[in-house]
Amino acid sequence: MNALRHSYYEASARQRLTVLLDAGSFHEFLPPAARVTSPHLPALGLPVAFDDGVVVGRGLLDRHPVLVAAQEGGFLGGAVGEVHGAKITGLLERALADKPAAVLLLLESGGVRLHEANAGLIAVSEILRALLALRATHTPVLALIGGTYGCFGGMGIVARCCDAVIMSEVGRLGLSGPEVIETVAGVEEFDSRDRALVWRTLGGKHRYLLGEAQRLVADDIGAFRATAIELLTTRRPLELAALEAEQARLEARLARYGDCRDAADIWARLGVPRPERLPLLDEAEFHQAVAPALAGTKP
Amino acid sequence: MNADDLLRQLFPAGHAVQRRGDLLAGSGRVDNETVAVVGTTNHAYIGVELALQLAAKVLAVVREHPGRALLLLVDTRGQRLSRRDELLGINGYLAHFAECLELARRRGHRLISLVYAEAVSGGFLAGGMQADAICALPAAEVQVMNLPPMARVTRIPLERLEELSRHSPIFAPGVENFFRLGGIHEIWPDSLAARLKAALGADAVTDQRRELGYERGGRRLAAEVARRVRERDHG
Amino acid sequence: MEHLDFDFPGRPMAPPARSGAIVGVVSSGNLEVLIEQAPLNGTCRVSIDTAVQGYGPIWQAVLADFVARHALADVRISINDVGATPAVVGLRLVQALEELQQAAR
Repeated sequence: MNALRHSYYEASARQRLTVLLDAGSFHEFLPPAARVTSPHLPALGLPVAFDDGVVVGRGLLDRHPVLVAAQEGGFLGGAVGEVHGAKITGLLERALADKPAAVLLLLESGGVRLHEANAGLIAVSEILRALLALRATHTPVLALIGGTYGCFGGMGIVARCCDAVIMSEVGRLGLSGPEVIETVAGVEEFDSRDRALVWRTLGGKHRYLLGEAQRLVADDIGAFRATAIELLTTRRPLELAALEAEQARLEARLARYGDCRDAADIWARLGVPRPERLPLLDEAEFHQAVAPALAGTKP
Repeated sequence: MNADDLLRQLFPAGHAVQRRGDLLAGSGRVDNETVAVVGTTNHAYIGVELALQLAAKVLAVVREHPGRALLLLVDTRGQRLSRRDELLGINGYLAHFAECLELARRRGHRLISLVYAEAVSGGFLAGGMQADAICALPAAEVQVMNLPPMARVTRIPLERLEELSRHSPIFAPGVENFFRLGGIHEIWPDSLAARLKAALGADAVTDQRRELGYERGGRRLAAEVARRVRERDHG
Repeated sequence: MEHLDFDFPGRPMAPPARSGAIVGVVSSGNLEVLIEQAPLNGTCRVSIDTAVQGYGPIWQAVLADFVARHALADVRISINDVGATPAVVGLRLVQALEELQQAAR
């Protein structure tokens, strides 16, 4: 029997955690009742959120204890400010002591909260430091990406410093958003309103084919849950041999695709038949279509 | 300050740092110690190619010179803003650079960064900001984003952003503001060689920037919030 | 931003299973509603921070209607609003109360 699909894309951060974790297992740190809000937004005449746009806490994933953080994209695009960032950094540091089975980062963020500018940039850097410190332990950190606002800016770098990235086809992952590139370099460089172009360039399917995401799942919280459970044993060691292999892999990517104009050119060169139809396929059809081309390349 | 003057002042005993395009790489002498040098110049935009080169240089230091201190020289206008870089996954390239630096740190290489001209956003985040000691010349320009695109994204009028920039350390570009927030450890107004030597001699510690931000008054909540998440509600 | 406070006389309610609950998101056209048990001599207190000024009477009406339909006592409701319509406000209030009364998980 097929369980009812629960869209990850449509759900709030809190709703995602409710369905992702074992029923009733979630316990929140610094809950809304604590009212730890941004000290900077009121000066700009902007509303605050009681959790400053990120939910952190502990729970069970298939009975395994996990620490979790879920960014709420609806609040200022999930962007990282002083308090928001400190909650995530504290969670990652807590994992050093608690030694959970995994840390799950449900990332949905434009990156640095420009309304808190410098404090936001330093906060993202502190998240990065804490995450990289955790990579020395046995606790895998999984990035889950599939929300409306995507995962951009410094959080796009954070995502790729996790042990693995799980994306849905509607998720987006990158560094600079199309709007910023269009503002600075013009619409010919990146037409941010060309949705097909945006998803070909930044979306889950392309990131999966490129190797920027390790798993591509349907837009369903249950699918994210099942994949996270599968990846509880995953680890990407931060050691010299592994990083030299990654260096070689990234150099090969550049050599192989550096002159490609569009994602479809990359998919064609990858050996995917009829690449232009990939965006139209659902997740199951997509995996079937690309499996031969990816044979031997996916962990 | 330009890279040549900087290197002369940092390494009066001599250096072998070369420039290739926007990349700086090599080593310098501080008394009897050789320090590896990796960095950027020409206010570089960091795209996939330069990110890879930076990572490669760090890996070479780890592989060939165990324990050697690493000085990152920062002069960047941030990540390159192009469709091609996004298509190829520049966030992954910069993440790899950050991981290489973490590897170096973990293997006992002391990491010092010095912002000597410009430091912007993603270009600073993946490199210089990962150092144990983040330092800057007083005249360096450190910022998150130029105000016009910031105004467009935040939908706060440019005039209001400019006004806030005059008074708030949270917002305004500048070394002093980042220092107050704990984002820069030390400002080096003079005696660069002596300050570098002192930085080399300091012990490695965990990330103290939140505590610095609190002590200096720029960030009053970050340290406390992180501590509360770490320490409460066990069991 | 505008800050509004309202007090309503309470009516006896079944003791909630949970100490508090939150619903909604602080995004355009939306609001978050935090509802908590609080010792308030039986009253229901509502605090609102809203990005849209000048709608005090509308808030009064929506809240009065909500309080008339649902027994509430010793309850604090705190709201961060970004221009939600009265219908959305009413919906979130009901959702918050339902969350509060759900068995503790």
